[in-house]
Amino acid sequence: MNKYETVFILTPVLSDDQMKETVEKFKKVLTDNGGNIENEENWGLRKLAYPIENKNTGFYTLIEFEGEPTIVGKLETAYRRDEKVIRFLTFRLDKFAAEYAVKRRAVRKAKQEERAAQEAAEKEAAPVVVEEAPVADEAPAAEA
Amino acid sequence: MAQEQMRPNNQGEIRYLTPLSVDTRKKKYCRFKRSGIKYIDYKDPEFLKKFLNEQGKILPRRITGTSLKFQRRVAKAVKRARHLALLPYVTDLMK
Repeated sequence: MNKYETVFILTPVLSDDQMKETVEKFKKVLTDNGGNIENEENWGLRKLAYPIENKNTGFYTLIEFEGEPTIVGKLETAYRRDEKVIRFLTFRLDKFAAEYAVKRRAVRKAKQEERAAQEAAEKEAAPVVVEEAPVADEAPAAEA
Repeated sequence: MAQEQMRPNNQGEIRYLTPLSVDTRKKKYCRFKRSGIKYIDYKDPEFLKKFLNEQGKILPRRITGTSLKFQRRVAKAVKRARHLALLPYVTDLMK
């Protein structure tokens, strides 16, 4: 069993549902062939550094998985058969990369939690701001 | 002993203990070795741009000071990033 990482770019013409469906399809290819998905990241619609197939943007998806080496060939044939995929990259993670991937996952998770906490805090803070605003308005009025 | 005997003769001259270098250049170093980075991520194009020139070419080791081991890894990361259109293959005025 080796650890692998794969990134693929889907065409930007897809709707959100179509995109999710395609991602699910490739995940199924992995799980059907005895793969074990460890992490999945959706980077969303990103600008490409250079046009590919006359397109300037694409949906990026990253999947980290574990499996036998034969799985990579099967995944890549699936990529090649699907015209929605405009670019893909799959490679084996060495021990440093695997270490880094674990760290990166932890950092991303922490960031997401922080962002969620911040949003929650902002929601709580929002009414307070509204309450304070009239007070600030009244003060200059009283001076005048 | 010989030096002590020489000293009276040289007293009028300015003497330096170490030869003076006109331009004091900083010693180059490998940033990966120094900061203990073991894996270079291709997913971070902003970081990889430090190793590219304005046309998007990979800078040589003699300029960046990266050790051979990490230069190979930088090159690999840059090439992966280019393949995934995170970095351009050719460009002008990247920075």
